[in-house]
Amino acid sequence: MKRAAFSALISHWRKHPIQLVSLLLGLALATALWSGVQAINAEARASYDRAAGVLGQDELQRLEPRAGTISLAQYVAIRRAGWLASPVMDGAINLNGTRARLIGIDPLSTPPQSSPVDLSGDGDLQAFVLDGLLFAHPETAAQIPATLPPVRVTDTLTPGLIITDLSTASDLLQTDSFARLILAPQQSVNLRPLSELAPDLLLIAPEEGNDIARLTDSFHLNLTAFGLLSFGVGLFIVHAAIGLAFEQRRPLFRTLRALGLRKSTLLTLLATELFALAVIAGTLGVALGYLVAAALLPDVAATLRGLYGAQVSGALTLNPAWWLSGLAIALLGTAVAGAQSLWRTANLPILAPAQPRAWAIASLKSLKRQALVGAGLIALSAVLAGYGSGLTTGFVLLGCLLVGAALTLPLFLHVALNFASKFSHTALSDWTLADTRQQVPGLSLALMALLLAMAANIGVGTMVSSFRVTFTGWLDQRLAAQLYVTARDQAEATDLARLLDGEVDALLPIRYIEAQIEGAPGQIYGIIDDITYRENWPLLAAQPDVWNRLAAGDGALVNEQLALREGLDPGDPVTLGTAQFTVLGVYSDYGNPRGEAIVSLDQLGAKGAPIQGFNFALRLPETRVDEVTNLLTTAGLPARNIRDQAAIKAFSLDVFERTFTVTGALNVLTLGVAALALLTSLLTLSTMRLPQLAPVWAMGLTRAKLARLELLRAIILAALTALIALPVGLALAWVLLAIVNVEAFGWRLPMTLFPSDWIGLFIAALIAAALSAAWPARRLATRPAADLIKVFAHER
Amino acid sequence: MLQVEKLTKTYPSEDGQQTVLRNVSLALAAGESLALTGESGSGKSTLLTLVAGLDQPDQGAIRFQNHDLTQMDDAGRADLRRGEIGVIFQQFNLIPSLDVAANIAFHARLAERADAAWCAALATRLGLEAHLARYPEQLSGGQQQRVAIARTLAARPKLVLADEPTGNLDEDSSDTVLDLLMSGVRETGAALLMVTHSLRQADKLDRRLHLSHGQVSG
Ligand SMILES: Nc1ncnc2c1ncn2[C@@H]1O[C@H](COP(=O)(O)OP(=O)(O)OP(=O)(O)O)[C@@H](O)[C@H]1O
Ligand SMILES: [Mg+2]
Repeated sequence: MKRAAFSALISHWRKHPIQLVSLLLGLALATALWSGVQAINAEARASYDRAAGVLGQDELQRLEPRAGTISLAQYVAIRRAGWLASPVMDGAINLNGTRARLIGIDPLSTPPQSSPVDLSGDGDLQAFVLDGLLFAHPETAAQIPATLPPVRVTDTLTPGLIITDLSTASDLLQTDSFARLILAPQQSVNLRPLSELAPDLLLIAPEEGNDIARLTDSFHLNLTAFGLLSFGVGLFIVHAAIGLAFEQRRPLFRTLRALGLRKSTLLTLLATELFALAVIAGTLGVALGYLVAAALLPDVAATLRGLYGAQVSGALTLNPAWWLSGLAIALLGTAVAGAQSLWRTANLPILAPAQPRAWAIASLKSLKRQALVGAGLIALSAVLAGYGSGLTTGFVLLGCLLVGAALTLPLFLHVALNFASKFSHTALSDWTLADTRQQVPGLSLALMALLLAMAANIGVGTMVSSFRVTFTGWLDQRLAAQLYVTARDQAEATDLARLLDGEVDALLPIRYIEAQIEGAPGQIYGIIDDITYRENWPLLAAQPDVWNRLAAGDGALVNEQLALREGLDPGDPVTLGTAQFTVLGVYSDYGNPRGEAIVSLDQLGAKGAPIQGFNFALRLPETRVDEVTNLLTTAGLPARNIRDQAAIKAFSLDVFERTFTVTGALNVLTLGVAALALLTSLLTLSTMRLPQLAPVWAMGLTRAKLARLELLRAIILAALTALIALPVGLALAWVLLAIVNVEAFGWRLPMTLFPSDWIGLFIAALIAAALSAAWPARRLATRPAADLIKVFAHER
Repeated sequence: MLQVEKLTKTYPSEDGQQTVLRNVSLALAAGESLALTGESGSGKSTLLTLVAGLDQPDQGAIRFQNHDLTQMDDAGRADLRRGEIGVIFQQFNLIPSLDVAANIAFHARLAERADAAWCAALATRLGLEAHLARYPEQLSGGQQQRVAIARTLAARPKLVLADEPTGNLDEDSSDTVLDLLMSGVRETGAALLMVTHSLRQADKLDRRLHLSHGQVSG
């Protein structure tokens, strides 16, 4: 009995292959987008963990040569004087055409917290020293030729990096001098000062450990939110397909029940069927997700590198946990999408009528109920916008807004079509509108998906474009100087100042220290008074006479991130390091995740903390940029310490573009999924719609004409949906700009509107609707007359 | 007004072609009514759909008011149906998304000869005035068929084709509905071709034609 019943249930899919495909495809796409984003996040996190290992070296003080390398003799002299220093070789080697960075360390003298590889296992140390083992990431290890010493693979290292013993490194790099010496944190007292011992070496202060994972959290949250949105849109398809499959099988359910199948057995069979479908689609989806992630990862990696300096491998590693979680989300999604249908089936009276119009009337009531819930959610999002705080609240708000808008859509369409029919004067337009109205419940899920996708498109598009406008304007303003030069210490800075005197129009020294700002790590900059700042610095808010007062040491400027985080306004006190300052103004500082403040150079010097950065901004005629650059490099300044305005701009814009490539790609995918939802809904509905069309056809409308009307109907619905997507999208943009960005990145952006983009999207939506209606319309136009005649002959 | 000449129609079936109509001819004058009888599967409905121009025969001609339907394209036949021919089937004639009033006026409006007074009169005559704001699925089978008749008569077609219009109804309502149809047809001067299983009903019409295995007999 069970087996016979099950095969009867399954035979439905054989007769409705499109439904089956749309169900599987919808679920697979939803799973793919979701698990793709998860894969990217997981890969990035793994990279952060790896990076932490190498960054460990930068967390200690070190000695670096002003130019060239450190000789063995110099190192010996320092050790003899009693300093605990560990030598490091650092160079590039060629691996079959690609370059890798080779670092040689002395495992015995390396301070434990800076060791990039774990040698604590039995015999590890011995092997490292005696066999000259090379440690590398699997990706890099694969490229190391067999002629080199043996390789030990470890995924705790970033790709492109090889760690080995000093003697091996010396062989491979063909050098016996060192790139730097790492100083142990604990040193004996009363040692001869290094400035006497090695006057030509620079003592580099440890870098503040920026916790990359914390900084990038918001970025990943953004991605996750997008993944979730795509998943949600995909679920609409699944929900629609399952709903239809259940609706169409109601007579079959009835028959099976009448033949004595227990309700519980029927439900178990249906649940089993859904489970099987979910497993198939989930597996497909995870595989697709892998492709999506692999395609997007290089851009994500570039963004993370540019924005946060985080090294993320561009290649994806697969792990079983991820496969399983992808499958789990597919099952969960199917359960959510199928719950309603199962529940309805469980409560279905055996002899329930299945008349289409009765369904429509019943659902006008439920449309109203739905819209009420939607309005409630929108109201909730408004309350959250007014009173809530925090990034999670921001996303909850977004969720409420989008779901709320989606739920009100069907009623809006119903009312709009009702309204339009007041102006209709022909039988044909009357019928077209009435019939479109009747189609709304059947298409509402697909239209909701379209609404979400379009709103997301408008919202994210407005955010990105607003950001772009603001950001490029800001870059132009802030990068007023032509060259930015970094000296490596005080002495070099003095030399450079002397060298450049008279060569440039303005020489603006900028110094900074790392310090606690209101209890969090940040940077304090010292600048001199100059017309450049007065004319160009992007102040968002300021007290009167701000520049004179800053020059006089009357207070400090803070960046927007800091001001927003600490709730600072001009006039408020702020603690920089240990001293109190008055906030004189707030400036915009896009792309910087940390808090920052500016005081006068004199005051920074007076703070007594070691100066970390000796920078100069140089203003000079554009034509002399090359000349001055040459002057600086001849004087021994490494090229990477000289950056020109154009290069910085190009770099910043590149980071910017890449940041949003991923969002853009997800955006397009979401829109595609929505169009697919519309297509599959229209296709499945098209067979059910014959009874609506046959009488009109019998009264003298050709199939071609009816098909054109079907096309028109889809376009009308898409247009109405687009109409409501616009305000929703703008609200979304506002939330992203004014709430989510502020919480995630610390800056608020003015919203700029781009109506031409909307028109483009509107047209795209109409085309998408027309395309998705084209196939079902064609099927109708070429349908055999017999199919339509059957409508009158058959008992339904 | 209507001449059907040597009509042949075959349908593809599992074992090759199945000939449903073979050399069927008939003629109908303006205002005349003809009953079409025959056992189930004899091809009555098929003949009706061909006359309505809903489908095309394999051979033969259907001449209606100097047009040969078999020589017209789909659009031309649709125009003819819209303007001159009314079709009533056994069930599912109505447009589910429109209420009764709109259904009644629909065909007439398509034919661009809507007449509100005539529609109202028909609604009253067919006992539908209480149901004008209802939707088809809220009506009984008999009521639905009365709406279909009202809709057809409202459009004032020259030819009414009816395929067992009362086949789903009990004997009493079946007689009422048929009488209403007959008097309406007579009043508008239309010709009527009606398929029926009931000899009693067939006798009410001017003439009778019997179909057997796709051929006319008597
Ligand atoms: N679309 C079709 N494809 C194939 N065969 C068909 C098709 N439509 C009808 N037939 C066949 O043509 C024959 C005649 O059918 P038709 O519907 O004209 O009979 P009928 O006289 O109206 O019968 P009834 O009194 O039962 O309504 C039947 O054998 C039927 O199976
Ligand atoms: Mg028949």
